[in-house]
Amino acid sequence: MGGVSNVPLIKDGKRLDGRKPDELRDVRIEAGVLERADGSAYLEWGSNKVLAAVYGPQEVLPKHLSDPTKAVLTYRYNMAPFSVDDRKRPGPDRRSVEISKISAEALEKVVLLEQFPNTMIKVFVEVLQAEAGTRCAALTAASVALADAGIPMRDLVVACAAGKINDTVVLDLGKSEDNFGQADVPIAIVPHTGEIVLMQMDGDLTRDEYTQALDLAVKGSMQVYELQKDALKRRYGGVVDEQ
Amino acid sequence: MSSEDISWTVSSDYIHHLVKSGQRQDNRKMDEYRPIKLVPGYIPNAFGSALCKIGNTQVVAGVSLVVGTPYPDSPASGVLMTGCELVPMASPEFESGPPRPPAVELARVVDRGIRESHAIEFDKLCIEPKEAVWMVMLDLHVLDYDGNLFDTATLASTCAILNTVMPKYEDGQVIREKTKEKLPVVKSPVECTFVKIGDKIMVDPSLEEDKAMDARVTFATTGGEVLCAAQKGGSGAFTRQELVDTLDMTFVKSKELRKLL
Repeated sequence: MGGVSNVPLIKDGKRLDGRKPDELRDVRIEAGVLERADGSAYLEWGSNKVLAAVYGPQEVLPKHLSDPTKAVLTYRYNMAPFSVDDRKRPGPDRRSVEISKISAEALEKVVLLEQFPNTMIKVFVEVLQAEAGTRCAALTAASVALADAGIPMRDLVVACAAGKINDTVVLDLGKSEDNFGQADVPIAIVPHTGEIVLMQMDGDLTRDEYTQALDLAVKGSMQVYELQKDALKRRYGGVVDEQ
Repeated sequence: MSSEDISWTVSSDYIHHLVKSGQRQDNRKMDEYRPIKLVPGYIPNAFGSALCKIGNTQVVAGVSLVVGTPYPDSPASGVLMTGCELVPMASPEFESGPPRPPAVELARVVDRGIRESHAIEFDKLCIEPKEAVWMVMLDLHVLDYDGNLFDTATLASTCAILNTVMPKYEDGQVIREKTKEKLPVVKSPVECTFVKIGDKIMVDPSLEEDKAMDARVTFATTGGEVLCAAQKGGSGAFTRQELVDTLDMTFVKSKELRKLL
């Protein structure tokens, strides 16, 4: 976060892309898009494009990671080299290692891991096109892919960010807002309980701004949750195929 | 499951049981830190350094200054790079080799606390725009892991950058001679880490509490009650109110930590 707020990002109550402060970018989710994976989802969030795939429960490799009390959940967040303006060097960097770690932890709260001891559930997310907010898009897609794989879960996990631009707390930062904004607070929640399973923050916020950002991000998450459910209903909703 | 894992399961059951009755294994209050010791300038060879102990946890932070090329998007700004090594002597669970996710997370959360606080005046670290800037290399060495690495490492780091002196730079060469000029540091970011065990939340987790925790949250603050970075970890969850309450507690505790600097 720049900490400098002299770049005008809000004019006449509207953001640069025309959104209101509490408005999400367009989100589109589709479940079951890959042939080989046990579960998958494709998600567009603004201009972000992410694909999530789930394999498992399956044999644990390497074997010593095996846990006799529950399944091991692994999560790989990866950005394609062509997903950003300046080519990203392929392979995991420190940022993606960190995102993968906290995203796995967020999913561990909802996946019924204890039903599958000595197995492994692997979640892979590829960011094909990145435009701010990819960790939230990735986690949101991943939880749809887990459901698509038929893996028992207490609830979906849904993620959304709020932030601060021009001293105003807004929902779902876009790219220029991320670059020139003052703070970013990505969170992920378990919608049924409202519990927060992922939360990061950088920038500068007062206590009140932080609580506002949390509340706004929860509100945004609930909207995306409806879209996650829609995607699953479209795939499994008992509607008979046209043919 | 190794015997080590099994003994942690037993220990975690005990901690959960204790915490349920409002107690901690070392009789601390929920909002009480273990004794903290800070030794500025611990490594005289480094341009800046500090040893920090919280309880028995020990972290050394060392700062080196090197000249490098700036990032294209900030051609007149210095650079901060934070690395962390969980050295094998610090715990039987640490192994040598490339940093694993816990080390990466620790380095990045410490880095974020310092970077986002704007503690270091990066624009003063420019030597020649687009060509040469000072790179602040902050290296964390965890020597003994007895819980709460985040707060220990951040305290060591902030203390280290505060006592960092600039080397000389003449005719394109860094001369390893310390000057009287200090690294321009204008704020003192500190981090406060809390863990949630059952439905109780406590500050400064011990090793046993780290192992037993359901979820963890770290808040980085500067003076003046401003939050500059945060990170939740662990497979449990926090409610909104719990996060707000821990942030309030952070503002209180971080004042105590900042006094040590």
